[in-house]
This record gives sequence, C-alpha cells and structure tokens, in this order.
Amino acid sequence: MSEKEHDYAGGLAVVAKDAVKDPGIEPHRVRMTDKSVKHEKAAARQVAALFLVSVFGSAFAIWAYFAFPLTEELGTVRNNTLFLGLGITLGLFGIGIGAVHWAKTLMPDNEVAEARHQTRGSDEVRARAVEIIKLADSESGFSRRKLIRRSLYGALAAFPLPAIFLFGDLGPDPKDTLRHTMWKKGTRLALDPTGTPIKAADVTLGSVFHVIPEGLAELEHHKLEEKAKAAVLLVRLDPADLKERDERKSWSYDGIVAYSKICTHVGCPVALYEQQTHHLLCPCHQSTFDVTEECKVIFGPASRPLPQLPITVDAEGYLVAQSDFNEPVGPSFWER
Amino acid sequence: MAFAKNRNSRRSPLAAIFVIGIGLALTGGGYAAATATVEATKPVSAAVDAVQVEEGKKLFLANCASCHGSNGEGTDAAPSLIGVGAAATEFQVATGRMPGQASGPQLEKKAPQFTQEQTLQLAAYVGSLGDGPGIPTEAQIMANGDSTRGGELFRINCAMCHNAVGAGGALTEGKFAPSLKGVSALHVYEAMLTGPQNMPVFNDANLTPQDKKDIITYLKFVEDNPSAGGYELAALGPVVEGLFAWVFALGGIIAITIWLGAKSN
Repeated sequence: MSEKEHDYAGGLAVVAKDAVKDPGIEPHRVRMTDKSVKHEKAAARQVAALFLVSVFGSAFAIWAYFAFPLTEELGTVRNNTLFLGLGITLGLFGIGIGAVHWAKTLMPDNEVAEARHQTRGSDEVRARAVEIIKLADSESGFSRRKLIRRSLYGALAAFPLPAIFLFGDLGPDPKDTLRHTMWKKGTRLALDPTGTPIKAADVTLGSVFHVIPEGLAELEHHKLEEKAKAAVLLVRLDPADLKERDERKSWSYDGIVAYSKICTHVGCPVALYEQQTHHLLCPCHQSTFDVTEECKVIFGPASRPLPQLPITVDAEGYLVAQSDFNEPVGPSFWER
Repeated sequence: MAFAKNRNSRRSPLAAIFVIGIGLALTGGGYAAATATVEATKPVSAAVDAVQVEEGKKLFLANCASCHGSNGEGTDAAPSLIGVGAAATEFQVATGRMPGQASGPQLEKKAPQFTQEQTLQLAAYVGSLGDGPGIPTEAQIMANGDSTRGGELFRINCAMCHNAVGAGGALTEGKFAPSLKGVSALHVYEAMLTGPQNMPVFNDANLTPQDKKDIITYLKFVEDNPSAGGYELAALGPVVEGLFAWVFALGGIIAITIWLGAKSN
C-alpha cells in the first residue's frame, strides 16, 4: 500500500486491499467564466438578475395578497393561495438559484481533497481520560458506596415501567362490539340520511336504497361508529333471478334483499350497483359481488361474501330486520 | 241530421243510442287525453295529443321497431318498452343513446338523431304504451333547491359511481358512470327517475321530487363554482393527483438536483 493511499484511508476501520483503485481527482477543467472577462461579466449579471427576480417575486406576493383578497366566497381561496404562493416561491427560489449560480460560475472551483484525521487519540490524551474517570470514581465513591450504586440501578430499572402501562391506552378491548350492529329483530329499515322508514311497496324493481337502521339518525353519541357498522344496501331483483340457499330463502322479501354495505376486504362502502348485471362493485379495490348469489365474491381481493341482513315486513308494510347480521360485518379481524 | 229533424217531435229511440255514443266518446277521449297529459307532463312544448302519439308511432316503426318490436313489446335484441314511460324515452333519444348503433359494454352518449319535436313525439308514443314515469316539468327540474342537502344526498346515493363532484367513474367490464358535467337538469332528473342501462332507479319514494331538485341544485353549484383547491385535474381524485405530483413535482426536484450537481461550463 502506497503512502498516498494510506493517507486517504486513514479514518476507515477496514482497509480493503483488493478494492477498486482510487481513480483520484479528475483533471481540472477551466470554466468559460475563468477564461473570458465577457463571460464572467455575463455570469455576474445573471446572478444579479436572479436576485432581482427574487425581489420581484416578493413584491408580487405582496401585490397578490391585496389583488386576490379572501372573501366569503369559497372560490377566492384558489387565486389567493395560488398567486401568493407563486410570489413567495419566486422570492425564495430566486435567492437559492442565484446563490448556487454564483458559487458555480464565479467562486473558485479548484478541486481539493482533505484527508481525514486519525480517529485514535494520542497516548497522552488517552492516559488523561483514564485519569479523569478514575478521579471521578474516587471522588463520587461510585465503586465504594454499594448502597447508593444499587439503589441507582433500581431507580433506572423502574423508570421505564410506567411506559408499559401506557400501552393499556391502545385499548379498550372492543369486546364484542365488532360482532354486533344496531340491527335487531323488528328494527325498521330507514333511508340514509333522513331516517324515513321504507315500505316494501316503495322498493321498485331495479331500485337501490341506501339504508340505515331506524333511530340511527337521532343518535347523539357514536352515530358514525354505528353507521359504519350498520349501513345496508337494499336492492329489489326479479325473484326468479335470486339464487338463494334453502336456509336463506326466508331472509329476502319478494325479491328484496339487504346486504351490508361494508366491504369484507378493508371496509370501504360497497355501493356501485349495476342494475342489469346485479354486480356490486367496491370502488377501492374492485372487489365485485354478485347480488343474485348471496353477494359471493366474483372478482377482487375480498375473501368473504357481504353479510346478508335477514328482512321481512311488519304489519304496516314497512321493511324490518328479522335479527342482527348473523356474522360480523366488514373486514376480517384477529378472532374471525 | 236525425238530431235536428227530431228536435221538436218525440225523440226517436235512436237518439238515446246517439247520446250514449257521444257520451262514451267524450269520456273515453277525455280520459285518454288526461292520462296522456299526466304521462308526459311537458318540459318545453305543447301538451301530448293524439297527433303527437300518431307521429311518434310512425317514427317508432321506422327507427325502433326492428329491435323493440312493432308494438314495443321487445325482442331478443332489445327489451320491451311497455311501461318504461315517456321520461325514459326522452332521456335515451335526446342524449343520442338510442337508437343504438353498435352493441358494446354500454351505449354511449352521442349527437341525437332526432329533433326535439320528433323526440317528444316518440316519447309520447312510448308513454302511451303503458303506465310509466312522464317527462318532468320545468318546475321540477329547476335548480332552486338546497345545494348543501343535495350534496349530502348526492354523496350517499350517486357519488360512489359518478364521483363526488359528478366527474364520472369506472364500473366493471368496460362499463362506466358518465360525467355529469354539462348534462341538462332534465336528463339528470330523468336518469334518476328511470335508471337508464346499469344505473339503478331512484323512484320518488327513495329520492323525493324535492331530493331530486336538491341534487340538481348541487350539481349546478359544483359546475358553476371553481374548485377552491385549485386546478381539478378532471376531478378524478388521488390517482390523477398522485400521477401529477410524481411526474411534475418529483421530476422538477430531480431536474434541480441534477443542475445543482453539474459543474458550470
């Protein structure tokens, strides 16, 4: 290893012997601004011009602040932020670009290599450090005073313990709230967002109703949480098109079926219903469900069919739920 | 002139039959006229009359019957039009979707093939085939509702397919929900009422006439007011916005970085 290479590698822990040979510094190239006064003057003017652009930008921003005032009208935000932003950008950008241009064209550009200094301290420095530590130990009595030392260890060990208890705030345990929704036997199906109950006769062929349980619209607490679980899509098909298992035949009413609107993939609202193909498409990841076949997945990443809400009609002809969903709605979770 | 001749004498037994005949004709005709008027509660021009239905029938036989059957009863190629109503016909024909030119994932909007007059004649004829929703009135489609409420209803019922500001969006297998920009209030109303192609029906129990009016008001509002957030990039959302940011913002950053590292000439 030559003396020169050793200088370069001075601070490295490992010196690879078979490393690629250091190509050294590339030959210096003389800039036009160094060769001709004309170019040098031009570069100086460019830098000054860039700084003037910055001044113009700042002035423009001030002008824009007054020229595009924010008013009651929402649309005024658009021009106000756009032109104010452009002005401020130009103000800062002009300074930055000007400074870099100045450095690149006019300041000296001689290539320089600076070797790292040795990381190991000199023997005197090292001896002095040991001396200081020993002195501190003897003065504080750290090695001598066992009681203090051990109680300090104890204090340091106890200090992080409260953090463990803070993890408790990641809860509370949702218990069985993920398994139940607001729907129960006899809850009327109501229109989202008004909460008007829906009569079976109103659901004409090809209709799609966005449904919430009756009473949800009046909830004062946890309204969104409840809606996020209980949202239902109500569709009427020709009963001849429905392919239902025997045990689910009683869950629909005269071709009217109700399914959870929460995708079983990651919980987006599945509501793109095509009334001719009876496909239900989730806009987030294109999971597609076939409403005629109990909303089984026919495309996309969802792994389970949409849960079906068993429905029937009450004495007044309103659609009501027979029970809650028979399975948790929405995406899979740990115990499901 | 049997009636005139018998005026001053004892009425002939024929007179009673004649009077009953007139009575029947008047009630029947009146009923037909009345139902037809309800059927197509006019948007722009005159009331539906027998002539209009007759003209519509001629247009129908010449342009529609080969697929929809000579009485609109439907064939293997196209569905029955009995009971679809005047609104659906006006929508399909005035937006150029019907008569369809080629089969595909869905019929697309194109220049209408018929004049407004002919369209209304066709609508009157199809409306006369059976009980279906009529063309909404001027008052029904006026954009003077509550745009805030309309916006909420739009987001719940329409936005998943048509996008939150009505920019349109993709469906399955080549189908799509068209953009609602520039679609007339009449056609927005008729589409909700009749559910063209794969769009579901939103009858008056689902979205009341006031709800529909509010939705039209909302659509008009977003069409007339610029987006507060700046250029919309067709309002298509995160994919387009992300692409723009990656190409132009990141591209700009890379360009500046290269310039910073380059030596001056």
